[in-house]
Amino acid sequence: MATREVISSGNELSALAAADAGCRFFGGYPITPSSEVMHEMSDLMPELGGVCIQMEDEIAGVAAAIGAGMAGVRTMTATSGPGISLKAENLGLAQMAEVPLVVVNVMRGGPSTGLPTRVSQGDVAQAKNPSHGDYKSITVCAGSLAECYTETVRAFNLADRFMQPVFVLLDETIGHMHGKADLPTVEEVKAGIVPRKSFDGAPEDYRPYECAHDQPAVLNPMFKGYRYHFTGLHHDAKGFPTEEIETCRKLIQRLEDKVELHKDEIEYNEEYMVDDAEFLIIAYGSVALSAKETIRHLRAEGIKAGLFRPITLWPSPQDRMRELGQKIQKILVVELNIGQYYDEVQRSTGRLDIEGLFKVNGRPISPYEIVNKVKEMM
Amino acid sequence: MAFNYDKYLRLEKMPTLWCWGCGDGVILKAFIRAIDKLNINRDDICVVSGIGCSGRFSSYVDFNTVHTTHGRTVAFATGIKLVNPDKYVVCVAGDGDALAIGGNHTIHGCRRNIDITLIIINNFIYGLTNSQTSPTTPKGMWTVSQKAGNIDPTFDTCNLAIAAGASFVARESMLDPKKLEKLFVKAIEHKGFACLDILSNCHINLGRKNKMVSAMDNLAWIDSITMPKKKYDELSPAEQLNIFPTGILKEDKEADEYCDMYAEVIKVHQGNRKVISQNDFAKKI
Repeated sequence: MATREVISSGNELSALAAADAGCRFFGGYPITPSSEVMHEMSDLMPELGGVCIQMEDEIAGVAAAIGAGMAGVRTMTATSGPGISLKAENLGLAQMAEVPLVVVNVMRGGPSTGLPTRVSQGDVAQAKNPSHGDYKSITVCAGSLAECYTETVRAFNLADRFMQPVFVLLDETIGHMHGKADLPTVEEVKAGIVPRKSFDGAPEDYRPYECAHDQPAVLNPMFKGYRYHFTGLHHDAKGFPTEEIETCRKLIQRLEDKVELHKDEIEYNEEYMVDDAEFLIIAYGSVALSAKETIRHLRAEGIKAGLFRPITLWPSPQDRMRELGQKIQKILVVELNIGQYYDEVQRSTGRLDIEGLFKVNGRPISPYEIVNKVKEMM
Repeated sequence: MAFNYDKYLRLEKMPTLWCWGCGDGVILKAFIRAIDKLNINRDDICVVSGIGCSGRFSSYVDFNTVHTTHGRTVAFATGIKLVNPDKYVVCVAGDGDALAIGGNHTIHGCRRNIDITLIIINNFIYGLTNSQTSPTTPKGMWTVSQKAGNIDPTFDTCNLAIAAGASFVARESMLDPKKLEKLFVKAIEHKGFACLDILSNCHINLGRKNKMVSAMDNLAWIDSITMPKKKYDELSPAEQLNIFPTGILKEDKEADEYCDMYAEVIKVHQGNRKVISQNDFAKKI
């Protein structure tokens, strides 16, 4: 695999990835610690003939991005937790109307204004259900600089495959980390682009929301002769509001099933020294960097520790976590919140004896803190 | 020969959910006639609406249509327009939609002067949700949320739009559908943000508790509070109170349009990554 080396930051790499993946619209609003994504997009988009617009508020930022997505363009917004809180209603519209969109969320301390310039993973639960109602979130989480790039690219392809918003979670540590990253070449990224499906039959035969029970809507670009309707209301095959009982049930069930029944296309994990592990650490994002260092340290002391790192957080890799839970006795979940993913690990493994190491003071977890916790558990 | 609306309507969606005697239908028809007069291809126009009675406007016209969240029409439309600068984008919103929950987007749409036509169907009340006070409800009127009478001062939509920088601002009531049609033609043709305050009736939810039980009573009241701008200008400030001037209140054909300006941004950026200074841009604009 050909690669290229760049020196950059996590936020800037996610912007570069968007540009390389064919994104041509960015609607945003400044918020620490994600603003650099917009700064970078303000160079990249016009350079490529696209548009980057700083809107009047977070709500408008995502609305403009969804508007461009409705028009048929690959589109992105970036924000942090408070911004997601504001964007939530429109994200629900994108789920309901099945508009693909990538949302980069560089997590900071919360709730509320919290610790804007410090690290946290407090938005993991929010990413699962930012808006009201039933739908299935797709959320990926970068654990290195290179992954800020590759996961953003993957998010664009997932958004077009499943026709819905896809969240890319970075945390402040990764987003602001500056360093060297090995990236795939632009040609390789372009070759891997899977554009959204479109219908090329006669306009009168077009039914954007008439699809198999586990498949997303097929939305043609606007202004191309296929006049249809987007709405956040329950809608029929042509997108028009309806209260017909069976149509409503099928629609919401399909929003769930299009993701749930195709988890294998979305799931992506890293397993580090797990094969012979007697002690398992589960961590994601920047915390996984500390966890890996911990494992190298423990292995040097003869403790057989391993790391399971979900890269796709939602839908969660519950089958794999269940298997690991049956195989490995001691499990520790490490995160920068008070157990938002810990709950999911408990649920997936069906075990209540899993331990957690949580930190919510805005500072990263250091390897020695994890080592101490592991030794306490031995 | 009577105008045939069929070509532009989604007939299977008829009848509309609007009440008997509602002004929204008159506005819808005037809008369709304007599109016909302008000879705009149905594929080249997108109608974006929000939430409320006016929100259903988009589902009845056979164009590219978007029914968005409450108040966000202009924000969604901005995204659609920026990636399709050569297409027509029209927003339809109610007074609550465009001025209360979506007030910020209205202001900034005006400020950017992006080539979008915003039709605010102003019936002075939240109709769909049963008579709550809107930013345009006159003082003293009964609403379900202010049963002793509204004490909130009212917005002057057009003054707001003018102050915010819209290059085309007009007010008209649905009492004269011919005038309305002509206004829509001008507004859609105008390059820049066109903000239209279209006064309409809601005898069901504004009228029934405010002594305007029939559509005619409600319309007579609208007639009594409006006056063509020319006549209005002759009044003394005291007489002007509580009267809304109608007609085109602002038309600036020279103002920079946002998509045009962004096209300049693209020109400056292409091939010049990271070496752009402010001066480069100043030279172009």
